[in-house]
Amino acid sequence: MSTREELLNLIEKNSRIGVHDLSVMLGADELLVANELKALEEQGVICGYHTMIDWSKTSIEKVNALIEVKVTPQRGLGFDSIAERIYKYPEVTSVYLMSGGFDLMVILEGKTLQEVAGFVSNKLSTLDTVLSTATHFILKKYKDHGTILTKQYEDTREIVSP
Amino acid sequence: MRSPIGKKVVDIKPSGIRKFFDIVLETEGAISLGVGEPDFDTPWHIRDEGIYSLEKGRTFYTSNSGLKELRTEVSEYIKRSQGVSYDPIKEVFITVGGSEAIDLALRAMVDPGDEVLIPQPSYVSYEPCAILADAVPVIIELKEENQFRLTAEEILEKVTDKTKILVLPFPNNPTGAIMEKSDLEQIAKVVLEKDLYVISDEIYGELTYSGKHVSIVSVPGMKERTILINGFSKAYAMTGWRLGYACGPEEIMAQMVKIHQFAIMCAPTTSQYAAVEALRNGDEDVRKMREQYNHRRRYLLSEFERIGLPCFEPFGAFYVFPCIRKFGMSSDEFCTRLLKEEKLAVVPGTAFGDCGEGYIRISYAYSLENLKAAMERFERFISRL
Repeated sequence: MSTREELLNLIEKNSRIGVHDLSVMLGADELLVANELKALEEQGVICGYHTMIDWSKTSIEKVNALIEVKVTPQRGLGFDSIAERIYKYPEVTSVYLMSGGFDLMVILEGKTLQEVAGFVSNKLSTLDTVLSTATHFILKKYKDHGTILTKQYEDTREIVSP
Repeated sequence: MRSPIGKKVVDIKPSGIRKFFDIVLETEGAISLGVGEPDFDTPWHIRDEGIYSLEKGRTFYTSNSGLKELRTEVSEYIKRSQGVSYDPIKEVFITVGGSEAIDLALRAMVDPGDEVLIPQPSYVSYEPCAILADAVPVIIELKEENQFRLTAEEILEKVTDKTKILVLPFPNNPTGAIMEKSDLEQIAKVVLEKDLYVISDEIYGELTYSGKHVSIVSVPGMKERTILINGFSKAYAMTGWRLGYACGPEEIMAQMVKIHQFAIMCAPTTSQYAAVEALRNGDEDVRKMREQYNHRRRYLLSEFERIGLPCFEPFGAFYVFPCIRKFGMSSDEFCTRLLKEEKLAVVPGTAFGDCGEGYIRISYAYSLENLKAAMERFERFISRL
């Protein structure tokens, strides 16, 4: 396993590990790790250091929806320009081009059901190239970004000898 | 009224770890770095196969030696990892953990009075199992200056006409020491010259951090006189499934299976189905866990270096074994005070043999956050000494 891949695996799980600890854990020189991180940021491999928040455990209301969107690709531009028109809305958190029964998967975050519904009917559906949409509201997140949200890790190992 | 207890059993000392952990249980807010089992859950696809086997009604005994499917997978695993072929029917059998295999191997091979060479510090079962088999345990004290590896000279010092078996516990619990190919070749010479048999406990084999684990069975002439013991507990985080195996010459396996069939019948069926999946599709899980152990290992070593307690670099298992002699305390006293004053539990080296005096065993089968919190306490403790 290359150090680069190992480094990325490590910080993908925990972006708060400092350069010193990273270098220790990887058995690599500290300066080397710092340079590698910088290079990865510059190359856009590392796109940010975000915090995963389970908003449902706070008093702040958030509504998430997945929207399947069928569109007409545009000559010479394919799906890219329509995707761009959609992803520029700040309430859109993700846009993926999909294989299968529809073209774009749009993930949306809003404060209320009405807000999300309003976005779909006023902004998304009215775009010329959009043929149809199907909105699915997320009711509960069990696991997100590889992290199980419904339960905390608990060390249940009993004491045993030897 | 006469005593209900047999004398041989009474004379066996209870495990030193046990006593210590009774205190840990009573200590509120204690952090433990004492546990000798993986902190990972068994990978889901392996558990899923176990569940699936139950759903399908695979709830009967297996053959005494274990599922043929599993023995075939074991045989293929050793072929691809060590380049050595075992007949899955005659030379491989499935046990209740590696620990059963240790017990059976000793019972099947010794006559009363035969001597068994046991390098220490090491896992605590070899000595009592040898005694229960009416053999005489002869301890070889491993030295830090040799990186706790076993040398041919050390064997020669202890070999007598009565010596029959050499226990080879590498990668080692508690020291984390490994044996490289050249080390094993030296040992093999003595084993051949003195006509010994080897019980090679390789339960930590997959947890080797400098190259690949080498088994003594890959040294020419050794397969014929070695019982190779391994299992699923450490590599696949399957401790609770209680599953291990032994590989060796047909003649010895047949006798081990005989004891096994009378005492145990067969290893747990559900676990065997899960283990087939582990060997077929578990390599990537093992690699990921090993990578994480290695990160923690490096972290702990660097921490010990930083706080002025450098320890020899362990290349196997999931333990570090620092020397605490400079504090002028016995291992027991050190650990008791560490637990009382900082609520941090580690295991005194003496639990693994008298020559573990002056050392402590620290397990890194814990999350990095846990290790960090523990090292803070450890540093605070030694700064007061």
